[in-house]
Amino acid sequence: MSEEELKSENSYIPEDDKKSEGESKQRWFQRLRKNIQTTTSEKKEVPEGLWSKCPECNYICTSSELEENLFVCPKCGYHHRIGSEDYFKILFDNKEFKEHFAGIKSVDFLGFTDLKSYQKRLDDIYSKTDLKDSMRVASGQLNGAPIIIACMDFAFIGGSLGSVMGEKFSRAVDYAINQKIPFMVISKSGGARMMESAFSLMQMAKTSAKLSQLSDAQLPYVSLLTDPTFGGVSASFAMLGDINIAEPGALIGFAGPRIIKETIRKDLPKGFQRSEFLLDHGFLDFIADRISLKDKLSIMLRHFKV
Amino acid sequence: MPQYPNRQFLDFEKPIKELYEQIDQAKKLAEKNPKIDYNSNIEQLEALILAKRKEITDNLTPWQRVQLSRHPDRPYTLKYIDKMTTDFVELYGDRNVKDDKAMVGGFASLDGETIMFIGQQKGTNTKQRQLRNFGMANPEGYRKALRLMRLAEKFNKPIVTLIDTPGAFPGMEAEERGQSEAIARNIYEMFRLKVPVICIIIGEGASGGALGIGVGDRVFMLENSWYTVISPENCSSILWRSWDYKETAAEQLKLTSDYMSEFGLVDGVISEPVGGAHWDYDLAAATLKDTIKKSLAELKKVSAEKRISQRIAKFEKMGNFEEVKA
Ligand SMILES: [Zn+2]
Repeated sequence: MSEEELKSENSYIPEDDKKSEGESKQRWFQRLRKNIQTTTSEKKEVPEGLWSKCPECNYICTSSELEENLFVCPKCGYHHRIGSEDYFKILFDNKEFKEHFAGIKSVDFLGFTDLKSYQKRLDDIYSKTDLKDSMRVASGQLNGAPIIIACMDFAFIGGSLGSVMGEKFSRAVDYAINQKIPFMVISKSGGARMMESAFSLMQMAKTSAKLSQLSDAQLPYVSLLTDPTFGGVSASFAMLGDINIAEPGALIGFAGPRIIKETIRKDLPKGFQRSEFLLDHGFLDFIADRISLKDKLSIMLRHFKV
Repeated sequence: MPQYPNRQFLDFEKPIKELYEQIDQAKKLAEKNPKIDYNSNIEQLEALILAKRKEITDNLTPWQRVQLSRHPDRPYTLKYIDKMTTDFVELYGDRNVKDDKAMVGGFASLDGETIMFIGQQKGTNTKQRQLRNFGMANPEGYRKALRLMRLAEKFNKPIVTLIDTPGAFPGMEAEERGQSEAIARNIYEMFRLKVPVICIIIGEGASGGALGIGVGDRVFMLENSWYTVISPENCSSILWRSWDYKETAAEQLKLTSDYMSEFGLVDGVISEPVGGAHWDYDLAAATLKDTIKKSLAELKKVSAEKRISQRIAKFEKMGNFEEVKA
């Protein structure tokens, strides 16, 4: 599903504050995202020196320069959207990690068909990317301490929450409990996966139930919210961290801005539903930029140690 | 319960309205011609109405069932509490921001046993509908519900939630006060409640707004209710990019009580009076009450610890996927 299709309280489309630039920014953004996707999955085939322009400040740099700076604009600090592979490389020591539960796959068990069938959607994505679903789980060391991290991929049906994400999350919690290690989730999602209907809704309950078990085991749960985190994901595990962290400028909310605007028939204030707005209203412990994220996490996790 | 001519009819209920009109005519004729006996005629028409009610509900499309769940004469939470219980004391407020009129709750006595009832409340007229915000709660509604659940837990009273919402309210202040956090917190905390929890979808069960009071040891649906991740209208608007596919969306979502029970996502379906709960509030409430009492008796036989682990295990099993070699 493209970003244009993601418009609702469950899923959403990002809206630019500067409306005049909105459309071109959006298109550029998508092109850039495609580039980033290819840098992770088919790096060798992409020629070096591909140029990259910041959608916030128009700063131009090479893709490799951008990657070296953890996909944060060197000039203005804009955080580009990245996927699980990039986050795992940023957070795990020496970029070394072990992926878990990668064989769990989505099934079109309802035979759900809208403009195309759910199965066709899945097949289309399988043929376009290396991703197997909207969440990947990996374990490794973070500054020398073991951790298991579950990270979403927005490129897979908008990072939507379905049975696969629920099951991977559930098993990741079991793994954390067995190994007595902290659990971290990096959210980036439009919300629940409509093509799984009530089964997707129930994943909100399933994941929260597992967090209750993790809590009983007195193990830390860190939730990192990135751009965007909405609907069924924000209204369940993403907001339930022992600490809730967000990247700067991320759009985070229950209902998408378009739905809210239609409901209240008023323009939304600048910065509405951004990380800084959530911090001000008391729903985040702190905002961490991607550059300092790893060190901040490792300090925080040391504080949790008994 | 409104009686004809104050009764409201959905499009597919119009044949019933016509029968009522025929009864009216028969009664007028009876007044004009006192010598002729119209009683058998009227009785016949009344029997036809009952048959028509059955015929209509036997052949409902998923979308029509959604319409029935929103029937303007359908009983809402406070009506069920009134019909099922005595000594209801409504409790207000989240002790934080305000009282959310879209979410109601309080202790009531069900045949002598104190139970905490909580549920979304819809209005019965235009003014009331606005006051109740069409059953769409704000964060303070979910926090009020959680406060009442904890109060019940403290005094070891079971909890019954009655779910009827088109969704949690998508407003600006709702976001400012953390709609996401409020719903997430409720889902999480409901897994930890030491007292028995029974949840019943009595009308609309839309998305996180429903699940925010929907985690229980037993979850039931009334026959003509629906429960899923999104309303058919919004689903149509997103996936079909048009508002015109709500009927198809309702079919594709398989959101009706029969499907939900077949999927094992709810524990059972509670039957409604012929034609829907709006035809007989007393009967609808009596059936609901029976289910609550029977389930409570079962749940009380189990220790709190075991109830919680079974509650978690039930939801942990939900999901459909395949596993291949990675
Ligand atoms: Zn920039």
